[in-house]
Amino acid sequence: MPKGTSIVAQELVKRFGGFTAVNRVSFRISTGEIFGLLGPNGSGKSTIIRMLCGLLTPTSGRASVAGFNVAEQPEQVRQHIGYMSQKFSLYNDLRVIENLKFYAGLYGVKGKLLTERIAWALQMAGLTGSETLLTGELAGGWKQRLALGCAVLHRPQVLFLDEPTAGVDPLSRRRFWELIHQMAAEDVTILVTTHYMDEAEYCNRLALIDAGRIVATGSPSEIKCTSIKGDLLLVECAPLGRGLELLKSRPGVLDVAVFGAALHVVVSAAQQARVELPAALASAGVIVTAVEPIAPSLEDAFVAMTGRRPDTSEAAQ
Amino acid sequence: MNWRRIMAIARKEFIQIRRDPHSFLIAVLLPLFQILLLGYGARLDADHIPVYVYDQEGSQDSQALLKHFQASRYFDVIKAVDNYPELVRAIDADRCKLGLVIPWDFSRRLADAHHSEVQALLDGTDDNSAQLALGYAQAVIGAYSNEVQLKWFAARGLSQQTVAPLSVDYRTWFNEELESKNFIIPGTVALVMALMGALLSSLTIAREWERGTMEQLIATPATAMEIMVGKLFPYLVIGLSDAALCTAFAVGWFNVPFRGNAGMLMFTTTLFLVVILGIGYMISVATKSQIGASQYALLVTLLPTSMLSGFAFPIDQMPAPIRAVTYLVYSRYYVSALKGIFLAGSGLEDLAPQIGAMIVYAVVIAVFATRAFRKSLQ
Repeated sequence: MPKGTSIVAQELVKRFGGFTAVNRVSFRISTGEIFGLLGPNGSGKSTIIRMLCGLLTPTSGRASVAGFNVAEQPEQVRQHIGYMSQKFSLYNDLRVIENLKFYAGLYGVKGKLLTERIAWALQMAGLTGSETLLTGELAGGWKQRLALGCAVLHRPQVLFLDEPTAGVDPLSRRRFWELIHQMAAEDVTILVTTHYMDEAEYCNRLALIDAGRIVATGSPSEIKCTSIKGDLLLVECAPLGRGLELLKSRPGVLDVAVFGAALHVVVSAAQQARVELPAALASAGVIVTAVEPIAPSLEDAFVAMTGRRPDTSEAAQ
Repeated sequence: MNWRRIMAIARKEFIQIRRDPHSFLIAVLLPLFQILLLGYGARLDADHIPVYVYDQEGSQDSQALLKHFQASRYFDVIKAVDNYPELVRAIDADRCKLGLVIPWDFSRRLADAHHSEVQALLDGTDDNSAQLALGYAQAVIGAYSNEVQLKWFAARGLSQQTVAPLSVDYRTWFNEELESKNFIIPGTVALVMALMGALLSSLTIAREWERGTMEQLIATPATAMEIMVGKLFPYLVIGLSDAALCTAFAVGWFNVPFRGNAGMLMFTTTLFLVVILGIGYMISVATKSQIGASQYALLVTLLPTSMLSGFAFPIDQMPAPIRAVTYLVYSRYYVSALKGIFLAGSGLEDLAPQIGAMIVYAVVIAVFATRAFRKSLQ
């Protein structure tokens, strides 16, 4: 039996005054899917999530979550979703167990299920035995997992995660994604925003967001393949800037961008370019140390689609 | 309305109040501090008014009059001077509040004309105290004058009955001792409720916005109504406890009579708290900042409660336009109810107008408060 659709966004628009934060965004997310919204800060990812959770009213467009229309049945939607906002907003002056009990109370988790779910959340977060610690004293990774625990105490069908791994160490981030995959395996639908390219690879499907619009949708490999119209070469040369200038004006070169200490060059024909480019650079006095074909990354795709790169400065590569 | 959710919110709020030193101070220490301060500090009575005397005559009669002053608990005759300028200087230098001048022909005129005059010099810089001192002085002199009259009649074999057919004997009800503390301290409960209630409730929503926890709260199924009730319930409980605490202090420590019943006190206090907490909550929703919210809240609750409620300044002595304004001040009804409950033992029937007005206010504020907060981020 094919799985159903858990989240539908139709032509969502959100304007704040004259500024259009979200511009005609549409997508459908199947049950049990991990769907990522990838884009730089300020591109409108959080605004999309907030509209889907009923926290913001769209200027126009429709959304349905877990089978409920967000505009008409916001409280039913809220009963069926878990939401983890950007700053894992737990109450820092509450103990671990008090935060869990507070959210359990709000979501109507009670009786035997309450004990069971709290024990599960503590174990998942690695906080068993630390129930009486003040939440404010926890380190980032623990806080993040506790926030996740609070958000899913009531076993929601749909989980919204807004930048869930911001400010968390790489080890905790990997552990966090393992948890996300476990939940997806139990048919929880997950919509997650991130500006970490490496994390986006963990998603089943992605939408690349730039300036409020979706510029590409598909699985990470689909996006990488379709967004780059040509072959990708890695060129190591010195000086880098001079190389960049020269390559930009070469016929047969579609795009050039700096990646770390090297250049990523999109060419129409790789075979030919591998011969021609080093010669051309060398004749202009640029020393070429390597030219090799590489598989495009999500970052290449993003640059190709938008003409600029997402802010990945703090992303662990 | 889901009680489980309301209780979850209320329990969380209680824990936060307990752990937040500021909230704890406001909830527990501030009321105590306030009632002690006002109980001791804001007395409008004058007793032990310092008196200087310039007795020009020094006769038996003049000494008898001074003895009356000495015996009165309102006055302390602290010094006798023998010239007028010294008396004036004493008043100027604030060494005494009342200067009494007994003329050199005091007893002669008393004997001849049955009429004599005494001059009282008062420090009018504090009008209220001067008025009180003058009133007390007249009472003392009046008592002495009665005594003189009686002696005169007795000396002529006339009985008191025939001579004094009419004597005015007045008694002030409910506050027989005419002590201002009895008037002021019951009203202090209103002041404590306004201060504590407005400060704490004005922080409650603003705090969630400032700490970034509001977004998470809005994303839960809790309705705006449940959030409001859950958040304000702890403050209602704290308010009622503070009212009980203040009453206990008023009665146990300051010996203010409590003639009404505790049920009426709690009922009217609940109505008042609904208004105060509702106002604080609306301000908190509107400002989204703790500092701003607490300042606005004090402005609209504490200020009218201290100035226009009749708590310390009697409403019927205010100029007509201001008196008209006080009808709009919700705390006036509560202060009046408090005084009634404490001093006159007023019950439901006596306080029907006040309670009616407070119910109207409570309902209006509650309706506005429930509409104030939208579960939305914009």
